[in-house]
Amino acid sequence: MTAALDVSGLVAGYDRTVVVRDLSLSVEAGKTAVVIGPNGHGKTTMLLAISGLIKPMSGSITLGDERIDRSSAESIAGMGVVHIMQGDGLFADMTVEENLLMGAFVSSSWRGRRETLKRVYADLPVVESKRDQKARTLSGGERRLVGLGRGMMRPARVMLIDEPSLGLAPVAIEAVYAAIAKLRAESGATVVLVEENFTHIGGVADVVHILETGSIVRSGSFDELSHDRTVVETYLGSITDVTT
Amino acid sequence: MTETAARSPQAILEARGISKLYGGLRAVDDLSFSVKGGEVLGIAGPNGAGKTTLFDTITGHTIATTGEIELGGSSILGTKIHARCRMGLARTFQQPVAADTLTVLENAYLAASFRRGRTGRRSRSDDVAAGQAALKLVGLEHRATMAASQLPVYDKKRLMIATALATEPLVLLLDEPFGGLNPREIDDTLALLRRVRETGVAIVCIEHVMRALVALADRVLVMHHGAELFVGTPGEMMRDQRVIDVYLGASGSGAE
Repeated sequence: MTAALDVSGLVAGYDRTVVVRDLSLSVEAGKTAVVIGPNGHGKTTMLLAISGLIKPMSGSITLGDERIDRSSAESIAGMGVVHIMQGDGLFADMTVEENLLMGAFVSSSWRGRRETLKRVYADLPVVESKRDQKARTLSGGERRLVGLGRGMMRPARVMLIDEPSLGLAPVAIEAVYAAIAKLRAESGATVVLVEENFTHIGGVADVVHILETGSIVRSGSFDELSHDRTVVETYLGSITDVTT
Repeated sequence: MTETAARSPQAILEARGISKLYGGLRAVDDLSFSVKGGEVLGIAGPNGAGKTTLFDTITGHTIATTGEIELGGSSILGTKIHARCRMGLARTFQQPVAADTLTVLENAYLAASFRRGRTGRRSRSDDVAAGQAALKLVGLEHRATMAASQLPVYDKKRLMIATALATEPLVLLLDEPFGGLNPREIDDTLALLRRVRETGVAIVCIEHVMRALVALADRVLVMHHGAELFVGTPGEMMRDQRVIDVYLGASGSGAE
């Protein structure tokens, strides 16, 4: 199979601090890879290196058959990589709708922006209900939802999503994951999604990778890994006194 | 009808009829609650329900349009943020924040120094000792000399809790302390907050991670459009149809 995205021997970090060490990850076209792992072990750093927001120290990153590890973030974005970051990065004095439209700013997606906007509103009704509000008046969770919606404003070749469930109410998480599942089914985009745990990813993950201390240490299907004892103990937690 | 969240004789913190209006928008709409020492009140609700704004009115980050807030029986409405901290209110924030250019220990003892007189501490070395104790409580003593800017997310969140605890608060307000944590970190944070509540501190905790909130809270207040939708035990909340409809979602499995 052709890999839509191939990361090989990636080393990346900040100044002299190495966070990602010899990380290799290959994602087939149209598949969704979910990367799970503890805080501070390199998930976000890996995404930043792929989208060119930090420069890899060594290793290669290939999009289709093109090396992108020395390319600028703008050119990587231009090649169809959409990165939904953990912070929302919204323009505080622009309305929700204006912020969403910025997600379609690349000329190839600008023409279809009205249609895309309708789709995003249909998937995330909470966002539609705030369309005319300035971003600065939104709550933390609402800003996250707008950030996710903005990332969906452009047909992506590869979509990088950093912790879509963070700070969201359970209903909103359902809506976001339903939107991701739909996007994946309809657009054929290749997705790399990062989460802290297994709770929400069952419906979207084609393959799950576990990232610890900067490298991928386990890979498998959601079913395989969610039944693996050591994985379960580490990533599903041990709380038993939950009332349902 | 659910039991009311307000009116409790031993309440340390009591809020009555709090509203916050932004123009025509009622961000917080006639909300009342109280919390006792050693008790954990959870606050849940859809994104944009007004949870953080409610916290802001309690701590003085924003001024409530109407309502009364009492801490230890005295009104705190007319007082500033730092004064409320000195009276025994401490909080954490959704986004991990710290004084980034200071070390972890400096952050903790700077916080401790805010309540020096009130807590019997007399000198800077007392504050340092209080800061160290708070770091030890959250498990960050090994990071004491590191610049706060260098901390990964989980450590920064723990530092925020440590700085809040270093003020030796009567009431600890936590804004999504479990967000972004993995299961093991959630378990450790749960154990930490249980130790804190055992010391008699009243905790009010906004949280979306249901398995954590359900495991920690004695009662939960669910907000919707600024107003009270539900008050009751976590178990009752998980079964309440209104809460399932607007907050927990169709799967009703927020606690999985």
